[in-house]
Amino acid sequence: MSSYAPRTRGDGPTDVVVTGLGATTPLGGDVATTWSGLLEGRSGISPINEEWAEELPVQFAGRIAVDPSEKLPRARMRRLDRTQQLALIAAREAWEDAGAPEADPIRMGVVLSSGIGGILTILEQYDTFREKGWKRVSPFTVPMLMPNSPAAAVALEFSARAGAHSPVSACASSAEAIADAIGMIRRGRADIVIAGGTEAALHPLNIASFASMRALSTRNDDPQRASRPWDVNRDGFVMGEGAGVVVLESAEHAARRGARVYATAAGAGYSDDAYDIVAPDPDGVGQTRAIQNALTDADLKPSDIAHINAHATSTPMGDVSETVAIRQALGDSAADQVSVTSTKSMTGHLLGGAGSVESIAAILTLHEGRIPPTINIDELDPDVQVEIVRDKQRELPDSAVAALNESFGFGGHNIAVVFRRP
Amino acid sequence: MAHSEEEILAGLGEIIDEIAGVPAADVTPEKSFVDDLDIDSLSMVEIAVAAQDRFGVEIPDDQLKDLKTVKDVINYIQQ
Repeated sequence: MSSYAPRTRGDGPTDVVVTGLGATTPLGGDVATTWSGLLEGRSGISPINEEWAEELPVQFAGRIAVDPSEKLPRARMRRLDRTQQLALIAAREAWEDAGAPEADPIRMGVVLSSGIGGILTILEQYDTFREKGWKRVSPFTVPMLMPNSPAAAVALEFSARAGAHSPVSACASSAEAIADAIGMIRRGRADIVIAGGTEAALHPLNIASFASMRALSTRNDDPQRASRPWDVNRDGFVMGEGAGVVVLESAEHAARRGARVYATAAGAGYSDDAYDIVAPDPDGVGQTRAIQNALTDADLKPSDIAHINAHATSTPMGDVSETVAIRQALGDSAADQVSVTSTKSMTGHLLGGAGSVESIAAILTLHEGRIPPTINIDELDPDVQVEIVRDKQRELPDSAVAALNESFGFGGHNIAVVFRRP
Repeated sequence: MAHSEEEILAGLGEIIDEIAGVPAADVTPEKSFVDDLDIDSLSMVEIAVAAQDRFGVEIPDDQLKDLKTVKDVINYIQQ
């Protein structure tokens, strides 16, 4: 007789492991292409050739490499916002990569978010409403625009019934999703969770909005060199779109089915600056706390962190204060040893998709022993406080124990997620 | 302006293919939207609006719920 016995705190701590990866990004329509692009130091940024970009101060972005129409039937596309389409494609890949596990639906969860939500649906349907009236507004508008729509679509696709959640924290959203998914398994609410994030917001209004706050690079004459974290001449981030999804499981669940394990999702740290609605605290106090909280949660020492996939978006302020926080959090001797990179130099900033795609990069760095470079640094900002992996990929030493992904979002949200070699 | 049954059937086939992904060839008069074509109520709303644009016949909500088969819609548009 089989019985349903959810984990409880009384069962003691469980390790959470990563068993599947999926992504669709400006570098490729799957993880393999994205990863090889990152190692090669390839830029996924391209000019926006549509007419609507002509009036904008920024005319380039990180458009995903493979359009969802190549992977989803047209009638399905009609009732999914682009954030949902990208999430579904990445989730399918991650699930297949995990070996399409036979999981009990009531022990299976989803934590999947975006930073902005279904804004393309909102704007398109508002155009329809104004031009043609209310009857022409799609009856699927609400289930497409709601910020939980990617989580709901993925839960529906995989019959995940333990709960579907969408933590929203701007550009930290998908790192927070992975952090929350670790907690969901540890608390015994689920054995297996599909987690990550998605963003699809390349629309003139969004570009105008970020440009209006002077957050975007305006290097229109050289788009592929525009995202240049830590370079002295960085002038803002490059907007991108994409999704990254991981499959997380309790170590017992993964072992029972003989799953391949990429890494242990060892722990997560949260904090909020409560300093300014958009600017990071220049002293990095909140970010420092997030990293330290993650180390405590993972039961690791600072010297265990061999590699950090940084948030570093290529903005004048944030890139440097992040390195200040890393040094403060790890202490001088560990901070001298850590190799830091920003894969945003190649993908652009995927906003709500950033944390999960970059967590995948950190996981693969541990698994494959290769650190992707930060490209486009002609002259390193002298205020940078840590060793940056520049220009070319580098080997991660066999002795490396763990890697960390940092994600920060407007609103002062700071998330650090730690992965350990299994 | 009157439309022939064939004309309406062909038009509905195209609309249903576009909106619900059901091949136009499967859209035949005796088919039930829910039971045979697996079309839900929100898609029916879209189909009704598209049919109105195409054939110039408005299908009010209280009528729409009584149109169970493709033939029901053809008849409604023809009346």
